[in-house]
Amino acid sequence: MIYLQLFLSFFKIGLFGFGGGLAILSLIQMEVEQHGWMTQQEFVDIVAVSQVTPGPIGINCATYVGYTATGSVLGSILTTTAIILPSLIIMLTICKLYFWLSKRFHSNPYFVQTLRMLRFTVLGLIAAAALMLIKPTNFIDPVSWIIFAVVAFFTILPQLLKKDSRLTTILSHPIVLILAAGLAGYCIYA
Amino acid sequence: MFLQLFWTYLKIGTFTLGGGYAMLPLIQREVVDSKHWLDEEEFLNMIALAQAAPGLIAVNSAIFIGWRIGGWKGICGAILGAVLPSFLIILAIAMLFSEWKELPAVEAVFKGIRPAVVALIAAPLVKMARAAKISWLTLLIPVTAALAIWLLHVNPVWVILATILITLGVVAIAERRKQ
Repeated sequence: MIYLQLFLSFFKIGLFGFGGGLAILSLIQMEVEQHGWMTQQEFVDIVAVSQVTPGPIGINCATYVGYTATGSVLGSILTTTAIILPSLIIMLTICKLYFWLSKRFHSNPYFVQTLRMLRFTVLGLIAAAALMLIKPTNFIDPVSWIIFAVVAFFTILPQLLKKDSRLTTILSHPIVLILAAGLAGYCIYA
Repeated sequence: MFLQLFWTYLKIGTFTLGGGYAMLPLIQREVVDSKHWLDEEEFLNMIALAQAAPGLIAVNSAIFIGWRIGGWKGICGAILGAVLPSFLIILAIAMLFSEWKELPAVEAVFKGIRPAVVALIAAPLVKMARAAKISWLTLLIPVTAALAIWLLHVNPVWVILATILITLGVVAIAERRKQ
């Protein structure tokens, strides 16, 4: 039964996951929370792990949830397959219609406007993913907010400076920031 | 073809950190510049379609390129190559993490990381909002979506479906007026 539920949930995530990795987070969060497959903390931890390991966040989350929810590798294979399956169906259709689509894709008002509006909605989905994580379990004390502010500042630093330098590229990189936050956590809480 | 696509994607999948978008320049270098499987224009069209379609961008592009180059064998090779590295790494972590997470040192590290993760999700919104050329009026769309999900616990699936249906409806009315 849990295998069927996992399959349906991750199929749904793959089917409605517009806008890439960050946008898919709120979908995953909603599914795993509703079914109690993961605690809020586990979810944040696996997003952190995703940021420092290779590969798409969606695959990482699917693999992780599949294993922890069932305790078997089979669960991981199932969830990972389920999140890919809608892509396979939709992309194959796109391939078959490629010549028809590539002519209309940039000019048909139905395509153009729907994609434009989805881009705006996706911003809301990402904001919701962040808002849902602002909880006492993730922000345990004022230091948490300092870490939050510092990481947010360095992430948008290249935008503020409006020019790219190698230093700001390194300082604003998610991996660098995660490792720095982990080090800070170790020094403060251990 | 299966093996070639498998190796190409395995290489890209193993060495790109930071998700699907980070893979695109590497895929372009391999597929367009060095292997000449696709020309530049077709590649850019492919990216636009892979981003527009739902699902993971890395997987979508793997399916498209796999199909164009090697049919079903190509698709299998490209998907396996793109997915296998993260699948194996996360599986290993999932197996170990259940034992490690009780360790005080690991817990301390994650106490520091958790607020950073929230910032890493929220802060890119600034850049994305600029890239989407958002105005004060269109800002209402993400704000409504975020509040509906956050406060009313509306499933994001409904928010996406509503966006699609409302947009199609509005465009249909606008098109009819034009005629």
